Amino acid sequence: MLYFSKLKIISVIIFTLLLSYLTSSNFFKFDDSFINKNINLGLDLQGGSYLLLEIDNKPVITQHLQNKLVQIKNYFKDKKIPLKNIMLQDNEKIYFTVNKDQIEETKSLLDKDDSEINPFFQQYKSHQFNIENSDNEFMLSFSKYAIIQIKISSQNQAIEIVRRRVDEIGTNEPNILKQGNNRILVELPGLNDPGRIKSLLGKTANLTFRFITQNEEESFGTEKLFFEYGSDQAIVSKRIILSGDNLIDAQPKMDNQSNQTVVHFNLDRVGSKKFAKATTNGVGKKLAIILDGKIISAPSVIEPIIGGSGQITGDFTFQSATDLAMLLRSGALPAPLNIIEERTVGPDLGQDSINSGILSLIIGFILVVAFMIYKYRVFGLIANIALIFNLFILVGILTLFEATLTLPGIAGIILTVGMAVDANVLIFERIKEEIQDEKNQILAFDSGYTKSKTTILDANITTLIAAIILFIMGSGPVKGFSVTLGVGILTTLFSVYYIARLLTALYVTKNKFKKGLI
Amino acid sequence: MEKKIIAFNNLYKTCNLASTILIIISLLLLIFKGLNYGVDFKGGTLIEIRANNNNISISDLRSSFNNMNLGDVSVKQFGNKNDFIIKFEKRNSNQPDFILNIKRKLSISIGDNFDFRRVDNVGPKVSSELLKSGIIAIGLSLAAMLIYIWIRFEWQFSLGAIIALFHDVVITLGIFSLFKLEINLSIVAAVLTIVGYSMNDTVVIFDRVRENLKKYSDLQIFELTNLSINETLSRTIITSATTLLALLSIYYFGGEILKGFSLAMILGVVFGTYSSIYIANPILVYLKVSQKAVLKEDKN
Repeated sequence: MLYFSKLKIISVIIFTLLLSYLTSSNFFKFDDSFINKNINLGLDLQGGSYLLLEIDNKPVITQHLQNKLVQIKNYFKDKKIPLKNIMLQDNEKIYFTVNKDQIEETKSLLDKDDSEINPFFQQYKSHQFNIENSDNEFMLSFSKYAIIQIKISSQNQAIEIVRRRVDEIGTNEPNILKQGNNRILVELPGLNDPGRIKSLLGKTANLTFRFITQNEEESFGTEKLFFEYGSDQAIVSKRIILSGDNLIDAQPKMDNQSNQTVVHFNLDRVGSKKFAKATTNGVGKKLAIILDGKIISAPSVIEPIIGGSGQITGDFTFQSATDLAMLLRSGALPAPLNIIEERTVGPDLGQDSINSGILSLIIGFILVVAFMIYKYRVFGLIANIALIFNLFILVGILTLFEATLTLPGIAGIILTVGMAVDANVLIFERIKEEIQDEKNQILAFDSGYTKSKTTILDANITTLIAAIILFIMGSGPVKGFSVTLGVGILTTLFSVYYIARLLTALYVTKNKFKKGLI
Repeated sequence: MEKKIIAFNNLYKTCNLASTILIIISLLLLIFKGLNYGVDFKGGTLIEIRANNNNISISDLRSSFNNMNLGDVSVKQFGNKNDFIIKFEKRNSNQPDFILNIKRKLSISIGDNFDFRRVDNVGPKVSSELLKSGIIAIGLSLAAMLIYIWIRFEWQFSLGAIIALFHDVVITLGIFSLFKLEINLSIVAAVLTIVGYSMNDTVVIFDRVRENLKKYSDLQIFELTNLSINETLSRTIITSATTLLALLSIYYFGGEILKGFSLAMILGVVFGTYSSIYIANPILVYLKVSQKAVLKEDKN
């Protein structure tokens, strides 16, 4: 165990120096550095906001059912099976009845493996719809797979919109990730007050232009909506003239005539045509501008708007006009988002945490180092040198993988300092025992290393298991702890078996005739 | 140089009785008094406030928050005398301007001389998920340890180690319950680390027990465990000492946020060290582990 080949010695030295160099790159800026990496500081250390958003998929599922209902109706019409009483039940199910002599045919169209109207079977071994059937009544509800597909697609859309909105705010290096199939995690480093971003993410920003109507018997149906400001109501047609999808740009602007802040918008080609047509036919009518189910304003159409641009008036301040323009530019969310978890740390608390973390690391380190020298003299020194390089390698590896360092992560490093000497202690104690029976000190050292090996592995693997489970199950700062603890165990084993053992070997072979080495 | 042998085994019965009583008390505390869950697990809002001058008193804060109709509000001093922690459990706190409104109302009643240093706002759904995953994590780690030790040792050892682990975790949580210390995410991390550490300590002694079982065919397990404990004693003491030094350093200098975490770990290390000697080993004695058990293992 005490023999090292030249090659091995050189590789240990190179490996150690390389990672120590990486460590130092966190503290000094090298202009010519060949690896430009840094440890990321967690939000708890650099300050910032962590938001967990949950997508409310209910309206999306209802929307999909409504679309599907129309498709089903048309499909069976083509197959010469007229559906009766077709309707949406509780926003969860499609209900219809068929003629008694067409029950079997309907069933087979819905049930066969390559069904066109009830697909997915080939892919998932499950249909898009679960079918309940009694006599001539049919009840269709989305299957598990269909729901998952809807969720994933609305998550994909939502994360894109969230990213755009966060980018518009211009925070530095935001981190936006999917969680599960209906959540989005937003990390905003350095953001002290997430109030504005929260209110922007809280809006679906579903914009529609619809005519106000007095006549409740309109063919598309009507609904009563509130105005955004005040408690007035108006009856609005369900027919959508134009939606936010047709917008290509929106900017806040001062209107010179009225001296009001407005939001100016430009439409795409399709939108321009639609808008021109509607406003030509609707001169004199009131056009309601509706955002998320509330009327922002309802100006009268004085003349046809054919230029493909227009403006939204309303009771805006410059800030609220800017926000609305931004929301319209970034597009509508497919579904409302709820903020289900929020954690914000101010930058000065983060700095305090860094300071106290580093202070306790230094003090813990000094205490352990002093204790080891007191207890083992020369070998304590060897263990300490290994410990120092252990820390360098640990931080070097964290740097290499650009891991995120959190406050519990710093605690994990301190704990590594305390526990890292364990392996060396085990070895030194074993050598002490061996020396009692074995007069040849080199042999005693050798067997001390050999015999303690399984114990050290067993003991470290148990802690490693705990760290791995914590890494899988934990979140945020706690995950940072599991990373430093787990990587710390690996670097400890390396520093003990390569650095400390190498130094021990050098020292022991030089002083093999000295009595009472340890 | 012969070392003096300490007769740990004379105290096996006494310590086991004491530990059993402690475990029962802890379990009763956990069942009837329960744990003081923080916002991570209970849901609700936590705000850390720092006053920029000495004019803000805890009673001012308490009365202003009570006027905001937030339900049950707890206001506590935290670290130095200008830092306060405010906690409450208000439903529907996910309105975007919820925190902003609180800040606004607060500045009306006590002035502008304060900062929100930290805000945690955890919805009921997330908190129950976090609690569930915390419990699963601890359960999983216990199971993983059990399996690992089972593979590496005989089942008697596995049982001994797990009972020792259970002992450490339950008593640590019992102390948290007794003193109403807050249980949050970092405490779960601490408990998992305790599991790892306690296991580490037990494994070192068990390794020696196994080695000695093969070496001394004439020693009874009662004496043999004591011999093994003595042989590994200085390592046990030194490692516990260095780990405790590191943890005490976190406790005293690591700031308020790491206090509960390091306290749980300190308790865990103390009980973990104790249990590897006085819980794990007596169980080997009660299960009458003999040379046969480990020799059979070698043949396989």
